[in-house]
Amino acid sequence: MSDVASGVANVSARVALSQPGAAAVVRLAAPWFALAVAFAILPVIFTSGSALTMLSLMGIMIVFALSYNMLLGETGLLSFGHAVYYGLGGFLVVHAMNTVIHDRLSVPLPVIPLVGGFSGLLFGIIFGSVSTRRAGTAFAMISLGLGELVASSSLILRGFFGGEEGVSTNRTKLLHMFGLNFGPQIQVYYLIAGWCLLSMVAMYALTRTPFGRICNAVRENPERAQFVGYNPRTVRFIAFSLAGLFAGIAGGLAAINFELVNSSEVGAGQSGLVLLAAYIGGIGSFIGPVIGAVLVTWLEVMLSDVTDVWQLYFGLLFIGVVMFAPNGIAGLIMMHAPLWQARAYGSMLRLALTYLVALGPALVLLAGLILVIEMTYHLSVKASEGTAISVFHVALDAASVIPWVAAAILTLGGFWLFRLTWPVVGAAWHEAFAQALGTRIAK
Amino acid sequence: MLELVTISTLNGVLYGMLLFLMASGLTLIFSMMGVLNFAHASFYMLGAFFGFQIGQILGFWPAFIVAPVLVGGIGALVERYGLRNVHRHGPVAELLFTFGLAFVIEEVVQMIWGKGPADYRVPASLDFSAFTAFSTNYPAYKMFELLTAIAIFAVLLAVLTRTRVGLIIQASLTHSHMVAMLGHNVPRVFMLVFGVGTGLAAVAGVIAGPALVTQSNMAGLLGPILFVVVVVGGLGSLAGAFLASLLIGLVQTFAVSINLSVADVLGGIGVAPPVGGPLFDLWNVTVAQIAPIIPYLLLVLILIFRPTGLLGTREH
Amino acid sequence: MTAPAIELTDLHKNFGATRIIRGVSLRVPAGERHAIIGPNGAGKSTLFNLISGRLTPTSGTVQLNGENVTGLPPHQINRRGVARSFQVTNIFPRLSVWENVRCAVLWSLGYKYAFWRGIEGLADVRERTEIILHAIDLIDRRGVQAGVLAYAEQRALEIGITIAGGAGIILLDEPSAGMSVAEAARAVALIRKVSEGRTLIMIEHDMGVVFDLADRISVLVYGQIIASDVPARIKRDSAVQTAYLGTAA
Repeated sequence: MSDVASGVANVSARVALSQPGAAAVVRLAAPWFALAVAFAILPVIFTSGSALTMLSLMGIMIVFALSYNMLLGETGLLSFGHAVYYGLGGFLVVHAMNTVIHDRLSVPLPVIPLVGGFSGLLFGIIFGSVSTRRAGTAFAMISLGLGELVASSSLILRGFFGGEEGVSTNRTKLLHMFGLNFGPQIQVYYLIAGWCLLSMVAMYALTRTPFGRICNAVRENPERAQFVGYNPRTVRFIAFSLAGLFAGIAGGLAAINFELVNSSEVGAGQSGLVLLAAYIGGIGSFIGPVIGAVLVTWLEVMLSDVTDVWQLYFGLLFIGVVMFAPNGIAGLIMMHAPLWQARAYGSMLRLALTYLVALGPALVLLAGLILVIEMTYHLSVKASEGTAISVFHVALDAASVIPWVAAAILTLGGFWLFRLTWPVVGAAWHEAFAQALGTRIAK
Repeated sequence: MLELVTISTLNGVLYGMLLFLMASGLTLIFSMMGVLNFAHASFYMLGAFFGFQIGQILGFWPAFIVAPVLVGGIGALVERYGLRNVHRHGPVAELLFTFGLAFVIEEVVQMIWGKGPADYRVPASLDFSAFTAFSTNYPAYKMFELLTAIAIFAVLLAVLTRTRVGLIIQASLTHSHMVAMLGHNVPRVFMLVFGVGTGLAAVAGVIAGPALVTQSNMAGLLGPILFVVVVVGGLGSLAGAFLASLLIGLVQTFAVSINLSVADVLGGIGVAPPVGGPLFDLWNVTVAQIAPIIPYLLLVLILIFRPTGLLGTREH
Repeated sequence: MTAPAIELTDLHKNFGATRIIRGVSLRVPAGERHAIIGPNGAGKSTLFNLISGRLTPTSGTVQLNGENVTGLPPHQINRRGVARSFQVTNIFPRLSVWENVRCAVLWSLGYKYAFWRGIEGLADVRERTEIILHAIDLIDRRGVQAGVLAYAEQRALEIGITIAGGAGIILLDEPSAGMSVAEAARAVALIRKVSEGRTLIMIEHDMGVVFDLADRISVLVYGQIIASDVPARIKRDSAVQTAYLGTAA
């Protein structure tokens, strides 16, 4: 380095090297503190039993989806078999719990998820050593194959997997501390919330380490990462193992919650679900999978009460996100960041209004599609139960012509109107951004 | 014993041919468009169900022609209006699109035809015994399947190597930009290849449907095996896919007829297997029982000893 | 006598039946600025790929500071003190300029795969990154996503990533490609500055840059070195003139 360059650099280096003061530390910790408070008071707001169950499920899914994003969002590894580490974590946890109960060991329940983490790490290392030999599409297919291997093995290794019924346990039979037996759901919720917070902090911290940064580099350009000294395969292997660890924790929490684990927890369905959750939420940011986990859990619970074909709606939602919002919900929100940074609140409001205008026809289109799907379903499979159905609390006969005509009008008309709003939204968008950027330059 | 070997070989080759019918279309699409069509097995399933449904109305033979054409047409539309729009979001988005598609197709099939098996039967015209090998009657329908598969390959090979369209496709496989600049409509070639690829999968479905079970979980059962075939053969290699299809077809078929377990083998050499313990099941499981997971074991082996696949080239 | 920084011995590289590098031998002493020139298709980038480990030679050896590194993967060669840039800009597109350079300093500062330390608290990482960014004059663009930089800025970032690890041997592949005269002049100044006291091997087409910077020049034609000497003698060499510079020189 020449003297001039280092001289200049030294001055500014000294300026930039100011130690992170107390204010900075508070700023760093504040969001997590707020999150902890939010977790703590949620059950006070949503007091019903079903709400508590749903919150518990969300907590588990958040850890699972974040662990998945360590692979996809951070390191660029698309896995179709991540549930293996989740499910095996759950199985090892139930076996551990049963052993603790049987042998009367002094192990309290809150410590048990560590077993899940250990399991996830162990299997992550074992399977990761083989899986991470390839990247990209090949890795995706390998993860699928390994997932099938483990899922199919469940029918062979009946001792470990418990056959079709799975393995059950009783979480109240472990060592009780502070008078908690973890029978009531509220206690389980706080256990899950605590582990969820811990895991979130840990996974976030990982992204702020040299390793975490290099994962991003390997995702962006694995070849260039090689030429700055890193072996992409080692990076992927470590990321895979750590992702397995946290998936195992999630699986352990699920095992505690349901007191039952069966082979579907390692299967393709569960792997697909976490992929959906992470992707819909947005894989490009840390908070994306959290959003996705919350949304997908909510939809899963709510939709399955309302319609039998809720999985179809899931799939269509997923395709919609892939085609039109590949950065997920978080990505859609982030697109508006420049406006927020420029404090262009007026523009944002106007933009929001145009969104509302476009929302109308979109809802009409949606209603039409739902009608078509529900009626088709009731005409074909459930025809034996009669063709009278109730959609949006309106009684219809799927076999008569009128509802079909209505559906056609809603769908086609809704789509046509929706298309008309696109240029309006586009124009509002351009205007808002031009204003925002104009403001920034002027400043 | 010889009878078992002969029948198993015939069945194994047949199974391998069916796998290759699908793997070839998958490999063509992958080589050309860089996208691994996760929904490929779903088109196979659509072929089976369309064949069944149309067969109810028009009979087996008209369905045999119409169903694959319909499914191929759907495939072409999927490429034109779906995949092509997702292309600009990158390879992950493309793969996820086909993943979502597979999911949705399975749900739609379940919605329309239910979760149980469809009564897709071998047509009466083929429901006899072709020949008797030793003491087993070998069904004519299976011979029909085998002959159809071979005929299709012959046609494909001829088209690819001897027609103008075929040459353009071959060129687009490796140099699509150049082909576009030479004035050929590459997007249309893509649509054609995707349509033909999925149509091939549908043919496999139409002919395999009556012999295997036609059910909404067909795609989920065969899909992973199909992807193992292309990874083991080497992503992007047609010859590799052929080799891997035959290998897996034969190995799995033979395995199903072997009723030996590890305990049997150990007992044969005078070693008693341990009793109890979490992996106790492993000793008593027979080869036939693990037949479904043999492809995946093969996958792990290939990954350890030859990560790029049997005939694969280096990473794309 | 100290070993040369780079020594290539009878290097061959075939792609199937096509022979690209047909027996190249070259010694570059430590601290020398060496340029490799030659017509398009001569195999210059292939030669770089062989030295940096991106390709494995069909035969022949590559030695770095006396150590035989033939066939080692790129990251192993990089760890032994060789850094390279690319003809087609090869950066981390969605990471910021700051992140691009920071990732390039991590290994050389010994942090390897550390997932147990926070990166923001590492003073030496921050210091080093800032020095590099000042050297390539991109300190004001530190927060910009690398993919949206202007072309010349991306080329500067490319060089920055290359030198960030403090490698003793720097390979630059057409560093001034696509630049205007002014931009090329600044690139040359930067290259001269950063290669002070290090070994530099440069592929270049711009003869002004070559004769400005190089201590010695090798001329690669059809996979073989037809001349390797100081610039003054290369200019006068008739074989070189015929093959490359044009006899009117």
